[in-house]
Amino acid sequence: MTAAAFPPSPLAEGTSLMALSPKERMAIERQRMPEREPMVRNRDFREVNLGFEESVAKLEADRCLQCKDGKCIYGCPVGIDIPGFLELISAGDIKGAAVLLLEANSLPGITGRVCPQEEQCEKVCIRGKKGAPVAVGHLERYVADWARENLDMKTLLADPTGFRVAVVGSGPAGLTCAGELAKKGHDVTIFEALHQPGGVLCYGIPEFRLPNDIIDSEVGRLREMGVKIICNVVIGRTFTVDELLKEERFDAVFIANGAGLPIFMNIPGENLKGVYSANEYLTRSNLMRAYEFPNFDTPIIRGERVVVIGGGNVAMDAVRTAKRLGAKEATLVYRRSRAEMPARVEEVHHAEEEGIIFKLLCNPIRYLGDERGWVTGVECIQMELGEPDDSGRRRPVPVKGSEFVIECDVAIPAIGTRANPLLTSTTPALKTNKWGYIEADDKCATSMPGVYAGGDIIRGAATVILAMGDGKTAARNMHEWLLTQTPKSKS
Amino acid sequence: MFKILDARSLASDVKWFKIEAPLVAKHREPGQFVIIRLQETGERIPLTMADADRKAGTIELIVKAVGKTTQELCRKNAGDTISDVMGPLGHPTEIIKCDHAVLVGGGVGTAVIYPLAKALQNEGCFVSAITGGRTRELVVLEEELKKVSDAVYATTDDGSYGFHGTVADKLKELMADKERPIGVIHCAGPVPMMRAIAELTRPTGIKTIVSLNPIMVDGTGMCGGCRVTIGNETKYACVDGPEFDGHQVDFAELADRLTAYRDQEQVSLERAAHACRLEAASS
Repeated sequence: MTAAAFPPSPLAEGTSLMALSPKERMAIERQRMPEREPMVRNRDFREVNLGFEESVAKLEADRCLQCKDGKCIYGCPVGIDIPGFLELISAGDIKGAAVLLLEANSLPGITGRVCPQEEQCEKVCIRGKKGAPVAVGHLERYVADWARENLDMKTLLADPTGFRVAVVGSGPAGLTCAGELAKKGHDVTIFEALHQPGGVLCYGIPEFRLPNDIIDSEVGRLREMGVKIICNVVIGRTFTVDELLKEERFDAVFIANGAGLPIFMNIPGENLKGVYSANEYLTRSNLMRAYEFPNFDTPIIRGERVVVIGGGNVAMDAVRTAKRLGAKEATLVYRRSRAEMPARVEEVHHAEEEGIIFKLLCNPIRYLGDERGWVTGVECIQMELGEPDDSGRRRPVPVKGSEFVIECDVAIPAIGTRANPLLTSTTPALKTNKWGYIEADDKCATSMPGVYAGGDIIRGAATVILAMGDGKTAARNMHEWLLTQTPKSKS
Repeated sequence: MFKILDARSLASDVKWFKIEAPLVAKHREPGQFVIIRLQETGERIPLTMADADRKAGTIELIVKAVGKTTQELCRKNAGDTISDVMGPLGHPTEIIKCDHAVLVGGGVGTAVIYPLAKALQNEGCFVSAITGGRTRELVVLEEELKKVSDAVYATTDDGSYGFHGTVADKLKELMADKERPIGVIHCAGPVPMMRAIAELTRPTGIKTIVSLNPIMVDGTGMCGGCRVTIGNETKYACVDGPEFDGHQVDFAELADRLTAYRDQEQVSLERAAHACRLEAASS
């Protein structure tokens, strides 16, 4: 972690910023994120990216053309004033940058690491029309890491309103919503089903991408803001949503219980030993720390040859985890081509550097096993790209007679999730769509008054930042709605 | 932290616990389970609740010391704590009203069927309970069952106590009694036992509900580790179960999947035994 010293702050002192000319800005090359050596880092779980030094951050921020009404702001699901915070970095006012950043995004240390910037802010960056876009994500991370060391958040809280809000789930949507509501002075309690807060940030995203201490500190910051977090409570089982409103007397509820049940492909051999859902594999390794077995009790099968199926971030996380758990061959099987991979570009790049084998245009048709019930291979079929499908991507079509076997001792489908019925099945008043996800409008309001929802439970599996965007939208609208009500504690 | 309020040994490696867990107790219904984690470095394991007291805010567990975690738990006593207790999980048992319900429990599986006795009696069923074990030591809850059942049969494989034979042998006798036809059977215990019961009743069509115990991690449907095949369909025991129609269960697959971590379990057990010896040597 780069621990920056408190930088000089010319803006804060009223001195004017010596503006660079556009030409000077254009002359600066995009700064490279320092990374750990691929063949060293692929043996442990420590973070791959090392973070910018202060001088590098400033140089990178200088590349921003300071567009009026920057497109990047609209490219950001939480609407961060990107030119604003970059200008403050340029000026050396990191504190100012942090305050501005945190106004829009309560978890910048997380999004700076896991956002698909190339699909959002950096995609629309005008600087990127000639050369590379400004490294907004890396700068966000830089400021967030500085703020974690140096900034006291408590000062930003409004007076208590007397309203009590329950937040279901402590993943990115829940944490964001809780933070925003606490800032407005509401009394917020988060209910988390697992033993540790963080949701997918903890069980899903590996430490080499998002270290646990970042999550811990973000969670710690919420606690300092007065947010209560109660673990081991499964809403839908321990309490129902109705009980939260009636018996527990919460004024409003935000449901962010996340992606649900892992999808299997429904092909032969899926229940062989050694076949894991990506969720299980990652949960064992990340949340339960099976990579430290037997110092931690949870076991995991450490395959010599591991095959992961899928092309998203979860697939990348799983296959890179397999490598770190000692796989000699860690292979990613994806049915489309490289261009259609939904994973972040950086993850695909990191995976390649770390020696992951990519088998593209290739789809599993069955798992092979031995007489003891262990998986021994994945039979695949070669694919070719046909006409575009509903997603606009060219549909992969199997090539007849092209079947082949990849031998393996662990196989991990990472092909998505479907809605978890635990909460919705015990909350009949909550309207769901045909896939079982909760129906919510553009305010994140559900069919139940005072009940809002966001993140994967309204979208299906999406990204951390979209979940956070929902958390923020919900918080804003819940706040407005609450102001029209009388707190139950006072009635 | 969850406090153990009371604990007592039922057999040399079987222990009963009363644990303070008011939120779990409040909603718990027969057939449901909790997931516990003993401490920071611990694993998450599912345990079916034998009972709960809503007013007192307590739940009861009956645990057989088999693996590292259950052994560690069984060394705990009143006043000790458990880091995490999550629940109640799974669907409650569907109580089917009939003239004669038979409960079959093997070893600590008896803890699963025990709470059903009262619920079935309340529905007006004549309740027969069979509790069996390999040997006398392993027959649990017989006295408790007597209080809530109309007939209780203890069985031992070695004949050291009660009926000499397996629970399936005893069930066969009850099935032969034409005076008292069986409407439903609830069964919990080791996989081979549940399988034997299901095979026994399959030709008769008597509804046979089994409580499955696959390996779980989160218990909320998120990981899919507990998947079981029910009538050619994959189900998640944590959210779809844990109880299923015994005639539909692929027991061979379940038994096989339960062996996935046998080698690692051995490593854990040896390490724990070593730590125990060190502790004993230094005290």
